[in-house]
Amino acid sequence: MTNHVLAGTAQSQLKSRFWHKAARFSLYAILGIFALFYIMPLFVMVITSLKSLDEIHQGGLLSLPENITFEPWKVAWSSACAGVSCVGLKGYFLNSMVMVVPAVFISTLIGAINGYALMHWKFKGSEIIFALLLFGCFIPFQIVLLPMAILLGKIKLSGSFSGLIMVHAVYGIPFTTMFFRNYYMTIPTELVKAAKIDGAGFFRIFYSIFLPLSPPIIVVTIIWEFTNIWNDFLFGISFSEPGTQPITVALNNIVNSTTGVKEYNVDMAAAIIAALPTLLVYIVAGKYFIRGLSAGSVKG
Amino acid sequence: MSSWLQKHISKIVIAPSFAIILVFVYGFIGWTVYISFTKTKLLPKYTLIGTHQYEKLFSTPRWYVALENLFVFSGLFILIAIVIGLLLAILLDQKIRTEGFLRTIFLYPMAISFIVTGTAWKWILNPQNGIEAVVRSWGFESFRFDWLINSDMAIYTVVIAAVWQASGFVMALFLAGLRSVDQEIIKAAMVDGIPTSRIYSGIIIPSLAPIFLSAVIVLAHLSIKAFDLVVSLTGGGPGYSTDLPATFMYTMAFSRGNVGQAAASAVVMLTIVVAVIVPYLYSEMRSRHD
Amino acid sequence: MSLKKILIGAALATSLMAGTVAAEPKVEVLHWWTSGGEAAAVKVLMDEFTANGGTWTDMPVAGGGGEAAMTALRARVLSGNAPSAVQIQGPAIQEWHEEDALSDLSDVASAEGWDALLPEAIAKIQKCEGKFCAVPVNIHRVDWMWANPALLAKAGVSMPQTWAEFNDAADKLKAMGITPLGHGGQPWQDATIFDAVVLGIGGVEFYKKALMDLDLDALGSDTMVAVFDQMRKMRGYVDDNFAGRDWNLATAMIMNGEAAFQIMGDWAKGEFTNANKTPGNDYLCAPTPGGAFIYNVDSFTMFKVDGDDKKAGQKLLAKLIMGEKFQTAFNLSKGSIPARLGTDLSAFDYCSRRSSYDLNIAASNGSLVPSHAHGMAVRGVFSGAVTDVVTNHFNSDMSSQDAAKALVAAIKNAE
Repeated sequence: MTNHVLAGTAQSQLKSRFWHKAARFSLYAILGIFALFYIMPLFVMVITSLKSLDEIHQGGLLSLPENITFEPWKVAWSSACAGVSCVGLKGYFLNSMVMVVPAVFISTLIGAINGYALMHWKFKGSEIIFALLLFGCFIPFQIVLLPMAILLGKIKLSGSFSGLIMVHAVYGIPFTTMFFRNYYMTIPTELVKAAKIDGAGFFRIFYSIFLPLSPPIIVVTIIWEFTNIWNDFLFGISFSEPGTQPITVALNNIVNSTTGVKEYNVDMAAAIIAALPTLLVYIVAGKYFIRGLSAGSVKG
Repeated sequence: MSSWLQKHISKIVIAPSFAIILVFVYGFIGWTVYISFTKTKLLPKYTLIGTHQYEKLFSTPRWYVALENLFVFSGLFILIAIVIGLLLAILLDQKIRTEGFLRTIFLYPMAISFIVTGTAWKWILNPQNGIEAVVRSWGFESFRFDWLINSDMAIYTVVIAAVWQASGFVMALFLAGLRSVDQEIIKAAMVDGIPTSRIYSGIIIPSLAPIFLSAVIVLAHLSIKAFDLVVSLTGGGPGYSTDLPATFMYTMAFSRGNVGQAAASAVVMLTIVVAVIVPYLYSEMRSRHD
Repeated sequence: MSLKKILIGAALATSLMAGTVAAEPKVEVLHWWTSGGEAAAVKVLMDEFTANGGTWTDMPVAGGGGEAAMTALRARVLSGNAPSAVQIQGPAIQEWHEEDALSDLSDVASAEGWDALLPEAIAKIQKCEGKFCAVPVNIHRVDWMWANPALLAKAGVSMPQTWAEFNDAADKLKAMGITPLGHGGQPWQDATIFDAVVLGIGGVEFYKKALMDLDLDALGSDTMVAVFDQMRKMRGYVDDNFAGRDWNLATAMIMNGEAAFQIMGDWAKGEFTNANKTPGNDYLCAPTPGGAFIYNVDSFTMFKVDGDDKKAGQKLLAKLIMGEKFQTAFNLSKGSIPARLGTDLSAFDYCSRRSSYDLNIAASNGSLVPSHAHGMAVRGVFSGAVTDVVTNHFNSDMSSQDAAKALVAAIKNAE
């Protein structure tokens, strides 16, 4: 009897362990398949960037390189022509950084404070204001180009870094506000109430309670803003001048010639190089997702 | 003084952002609406001519193609990206050992400018040297995957590429949400013997409601602005079968020197967005209040 | 060198009526020639400009055949900060003139005698109400047919002289399992074929009536139906995977023996040259049947600028662009031929010399026509409307009659 029961338990344990293993296995299998799908275009880009142009023209576009060459990478970095100056992408990194970093910082900061105010310091009409801000997410950038150009001309910011930073920061606000507001929704109102009773003010509560809880959403916001602004081409091309052109403009100039010879290998290498900062943000930011998790003990 | 400040601080803090959005979003929309009633070609002209641009717009066959594509594309894109994003987030939340690595793989598509990834996708989807050719070389001679060159199916390849690009970000949103769900409740539910699938469908996913709102807005934003995607993947083709309102508008304004027409198409597009998004925002906000 | 500099500086000082200070010439040039050969070609101009004491600011914006550059230009003009010289061609020059945005180059033009140096049809495009406001850099021929000689020999056909011959040759090739036409299914490439077919089927007068005057009768005529019939035939000659293909990959098909013919402007030569192929041996070039010359002329259009330095820069730039040195160097790397008449062509290859020879004949007998596909014939609004119909017909099973009707409707609607 006891034996039987014990045997049964062992069997079911064995069984459940088997199922557990099977589930883990299929979990990894599914993730693996997805990963393959996601990695495929990058794979194509990398192998293409390592081939010579002759090989690209002759062989299959998706075949592995026969003779690996790093020449396209060198060219993309330092000697690809983007106009009359053939200096590759290296000179444009700084331009993009000068534009992206302040724009991301400003829009994230404003978004955090807005989200906090709209969620935990509600006033009459605050919901409507939030809705009106949110609608800013849907304005197609193509239609703001011309009025924006007129406005930038009027305030003497056309072609300058300040102008570009302003434009990007402005159109980032609706998103950043939304991200923070929706995230702060998960922080209990009681916490704020208690702090207010203790005599803490608006900024004090934000600084000492909300900010420490924010890393995961700051990471999400930075990823969103950084990629959007770094990869923006339309504003970059319209509101820059020689000297302030961001890297996407240079990338576009290298890649998108209409009647010139297309060097796919250099194009692919250039695209990967231009994406390195965003990739870096993802890799570094990924860690903070986890740190955000361990920091957030008051969630729910 | 200090208590007055405390009472109104929220409004004071919001005011600048509100003013900025008033000008840069609503002011510019107003400008566009005005221009759509003028004969503007290359540069703004402010003489009103009535609804001429709208009449022309709605007698352009290409515009109807663009509109239809907007619905097909946005609907599928938002739906599929949310499903895949949520699925990936849940899978990654199972204490996966290689999480950091996988997360980066799912996220990286957002990092690379579509100017070039479009070319890679074009090759992959091209029947002659892409997936179709590879599968056929494995011996499946009758395998067909020629959506890219088929006028009726090409818009779906744009959906595939768009989902590939954006679903990783949706995953990140959900992952951030999953990680802020109260672990105590989940532990309690597990102790009670509730199956994992029920815990997800009954407790965790409903608590992610605000994330859904963010995800829908982000994706709707991307689908309205899906521009690089179309330009580099299909160039609007075959023919103009994958044209979207954004590409239509851009072509009219900048390569055909017809800003008035472009403004009219922008206004129609915004009207559609308002008609679809505003009720959604409204219901979301209200349900949150209850 | 420095003496030359001084002399030119002095010449400029006198040419600037103010005659006060000889401002150092400055230009900012917006163009979309960013890739290797093209960029090198522009660099020739920059070097010459700098050697003459000027300061050159480069503003390259590639993409979409200038679409992105036009976006940037619009923003620059609206913010009151127009670049001095912009790569704008054809009727678009007039459109900008109507916006009162261009400057007048009459004094440079008359000093240099441009009217005598340019074919009349091409000079006309560069003028705003009779005064030069733009400078041509080249003449591209659009109605070229490129072919793989080995494949033609295999099928026992020669370069076709008529569209009927082309169809025969293509049918033969197709029967042998060879793709007759290497083509990329992008609207502008479809339109490039359309240009050649309209010219070949309808003749020069019909081409002018239909694509330049936008005569509704011509657009809806039986001839136009016949044109679309031929377009349908062309559709049958391309391979299944043509949709969205870049033009240069279509050119590669000719090189690699995967397709026999390609109809494409002379920039295709750059691809052949780059792959070390020589005309006559590795590839053939011949005009498409039609006995005319379809041109696409790139120009630099001069915008209104403030400041003596910028004005002086524009004039110097205009003068250098029309100079023989630049026209030769630029066009050697671009595949086109100089716009300036009488330029020495000894350094150019067979295809270019043929182009120049045909150009002179065409200019004298009135068969020199602008390319519709490349926006040289009519304004963007109209050429875009025509291209929409052409590409939609090519990529669907629309009947020729319906296509002709759609063409008429599209032009009426674009008005």
